[in-house]
Amino acid sequence: MAQIRVEALDKSFGSFQAVKAASFTVEDGQFLCLLGPSGCGKTTTLRMIAGLELPTAGTIRLGGEDVTMNRASARDIAFVFQLFALYPHLNVRRNIGFPLRCEGVAAGEIDRRVTEVARILRISDLLDRPVSGLAGGDRQRVALGRAIIRKPKCFLMDEPLGALDTEMREAMIRELRALHDRLGATTVYVTHDQLEAMAMADQIAVMNNGVVEQVASPCDIYDRPVSLFVADFIGSPPMNFLPFRGSLEPGARTLRLGEHELAIPVAREAVTERDLVLGVRPEHVRFSDHGTVAGEVYGAEYLGTTQIVTVTTRYGALKARASASRLFRTGENVALDFRPDTLSIFDQASGRAIRTALHEGAIHG
Amino acid sequence: MAEVEIRVVSKSFGPTRAVDQLSLTIADGEFVALLGPTGAGKTTTLRLVAGLELPDQGSIRIDGRDVTGVAPAERDTAFVFQQYSLYPHLTVYDNMAFALRAPIRRVAEAEIRRKVEDVARLLHIETKLRNKATELSGGQMQRVAIGRALVRSPAIYLMDEPLSSLDAKLRGEMRLELKRIQSELGATILYVTHDQTEAMTMASRIGVIEAGRLIQIGTPREIYENPVNAYVAARLGQPSINLLPARLFSGAPPRACTIGARTEHLSISRDGGVSATVTRIEHLGDQSHLHLDVDGQPVVTLSDPEARLAAGDVVSLAFNHPLLFDADGVRIAA
Repeated sequence: MAQIRVEALDKSFGSFQAVKAASFTVEDGQFLCLLGPSGCGKTTTLRMIAGLELPTAGTIRLGGEDVTMNRASARDIAFVFQLFALYPHLNVRRNIGFPLRCEGVAAGEIDRRVTEVARILRISDLLDRPVSGLAGGDRQRVALGRAIIRKPKCFLMDEPLGALDTEMREAMIRELRALHDRLGATTVYVTHDQLEAMAMADQIAVMNNGVVEQVASPCDIYDRPVSLFVADFIGSPPMNFLPFRGSLEPGARTLRLGEHELAIPVAREAVTERDLVLGVRPEHVRFSDHGTVAGEVYGAEYLGTTQIVTVTTRYGALKARASASRLFRTGENVALDFRPDTLSIFDQASGRAIRTALHEGAIHG
Repeated sequence: MAEVEIRVVSKSFGPTRAVDQLSLTIADGEFVALLGPTGAGKTTTLRLVAGLELPDQGSIRIDGRDVTGVAPAERDTAFVFQQYSLYPHLTVYDNMAFALRAPIRRVAEAEIRRKVEDVARLLHIETKLRNKATELSGGQMQRVAIGRALVRSPAIYLMDEPLSSLDAKLRGEMRLELKRIQSELGATILYVTHDQTEAMTMASRIGVIEAGRLIQIGTPREIYENPVNAYVAARLGQPSINLLPARLFSGAPPRACTIGARTEHLSISRDGGVSATVTRIEHLGDQSHLHLDVDGQPVVTLSDPEARLAAGDVVSLAFNHPLLFDADGVRIAA
């Protein structure tokens, strides 16, 4: 097992720059998710770590060794793809054992390791079944088994759960994370699904247009996004954005939104007057009789314990997460307040988060 | 729009019984979602109503007329598939007008224009009508696919996971839009999904399907609050309902084998009740889950954003009117 260190990685395809100066470190035994929309460069980054693409510039180190120009087969990594390519004519046992057979490992040793891997993945009862009849989740377990049997230095996974339905995916998310906890293998996992990233990763690297915008723990990414893009990409429903014009002094504890003074986390930098954006998570919006922002209920989506209420306001449609026990009627007039210590403020033009007390202490919950 | 009735329909493929004596009436103007995992028989049910499959037994009625043996084209249904297939060489307008221009329909061109423009406005694609279908984003293409169904006024719209190919954000927006359009048009919709959020937020009633059988049908609130068995209870709710041995709940009647506890059935305090240890707080983006260990049993609940809890904390857990299930998973009265 080993640390993966990516430094100032660039990749161009002709005139198109797919990855721009990407840098991050995955510590030994860590689980890092590369998260971003399609086309953001996350898969290209993964393929460069694997050695399936060569970078235009930059270095990749595996366990301290510079492998930037090494061939894929010389990197001691295992790759799990989205579309699990199993050998249809082989049974589960022979599919899992295949990489060892290729390496010329003795049959007894292969048997022993296949049995062990099957036990870890809880597919011991499937070993002698043909792979063609297996359910999606089981096929994915077999594909994982084929990756882990080699005991590589690290695992690279490209949307391995993308093809599964919701229920199976949720089960596999828990399983993959538990597997990671047992094996402790350094893992880089590519996904566009924030739920997968939030639920599994120790660290998330959010990518946009080839640039790594933020590398942080799931909790930090969610509570303290460094840019509008990250704030918007993480969260479902996403963060509400209220555009306004204003300025800030270091030490300011409030800002002016329309006719109201609004409490914010203490500002730590000076911002001259410009277009700013206030960011509020739906669960930090509260309904109150004398709220700061007035609006009209557009619709409510029942979710069981909670509901998402969409409210039309002068700042656009805002979403609030509320208890399902309160009934909202379409067209009803409501007023909204925001939980002050969790608010984000962004510079509209650059998308950068303005530094406040939010970026210092930990927020719970 | 019209009432659609599925009467004791069964359908097998070889030895597999895909749909098993399923009965369901979709009232005029109703939005019914069939919810179940892959392979439960949801899509087959939809295809039986469309006439793309013929039932082995049972009958299907649309607006009082038995259409069991009637060809798909004569059933007056509109199907929206998971994978939108638009005509790439046609504009958005022509894609949407296509079905209305079919020779058997004989719709006047002025009428077609009025309908296409109305529907385009509903779907917020009115500025895209002159674009080629291939010049649109995925979300816009899916809207065109839905629009192509909406321009017709069929007895029923049949939708097979129409949002599943969209990304999470777009899916969230489209849920609200589709529900709004449905209630504005008074459309009758039979909608198939494995996504509980789609079913909960859009449907007037949800039908939960398991192995080809309709296990329960009711409003989202009924299904969520009053599931008939543990299978249904586990289909809805995030985090999933905690199914725990009845011995943990002192108020459980002797017949109860399992208790089902959602966030609203659990109260966490510093003392009293059953002792529980916080094992993890999981931030999922849309919500945070509090993981507890109760006498070796994992319990997951929504974490209260105001509660300052951390892994290792010992809290006490009380059950408020949890659901009760017998040894077969069947719900029993408290």
